[in-house]
Amino acid sequence: MAILKRRIGGQGEIPTASLPDIVFMLLIFFLVTTTIDLDKGIPMVLPDRGGEFKVNPENISNVLINAQGQVLIDDEPAEIHQIRDIIKGKLQSRGLDADGKPKLIVSIKTERSTSYNDYITVLDEIKRAGATKISIAEPSK
Amino acid sequence: MQFAKKSKPTGDIPTASLPDIIFMLLIFFMVVTVFKEFRGLPVLTPAARTTEKLETKRNVAYIWTDKLGRISVDDKIVSVPEIEPIMADKFATNRRLVISMKIDKDVEMGLVTDIQEKLRDAYTLRVNYATRFK
Repeated sequence: MAILKRRIGGQGEIPTASLPDIVFMLLIFFLVTTTIDLDKGIPMVLPDRGGEFKVNPENISNVLINAQGQVLIDDEPAEIHQIRDIIKGKLQSRGLDADGKPKLIVSIKTERSTSYNDYITVLDEIKRAGATKISIAEPSK
Repeated sequence: MQFAKKSKPTGDIPTASLPDIIFMLLIFFMVVTVFKEFRGLPVLTPAARTTEKLETKRNVAYIWTDKLGRISVDDKIVSVPEIEPIMADKFATNRRLVISMKIDKDVEMGLVTDIQEKLRDAYTLRVNYATRFK
């Protein structure tokens, strides 16, 4: 028969050897579940109500987007990848105003059935061309 | 004079402070973790190269529009005319309000314009078209 050893005064210590493992597991859990969620997008400022003012028509460039996603810049058809160069050229030809911003106002007009994706694509290209004055015209009914 | 011979250095990295380091990392991730609170509608926003980060999250209100044309503001499905009073209310309490429009890429511009017109009525002119990085 085995001799039962009597334990003398068990010491009240919690083993901490596995503490790093536990903490690692927690760390990995939070690493995996963390989503640093940031809002991103294209900022725009909508026009004020009743704030209509006259602009020299020469400084306006009309960009039309139809329901099929085809683009017309000042009555000339353009492909999506051409928009940037065309707008860049127009911006340069009109020069800068007193604030050092391009004089040209790009007016985007869509149809009611134009897809939002096409609109953002065109807006993106116009922004990439460096246009700062972008206006949104009401869609044709 | 006798110098004690130095013992050979052992190639051990001290790991005594390892738990502390990991704890610090753990606390960092615990603090920054936001359990994805999904409030809104399932939308796939369009991709754009000029996508910018919004400078703040505090002054942002969201309008969700999915491809079926449903509009959601503050967890509620709303119709187009309801947008104006809601946004006017929000604007009254926060003049620096930015409206983040989370619109699905398949939505038609007619609806987008209707929403924008309501936002103009509510005087919330600063908007943000939510997009993805291209």
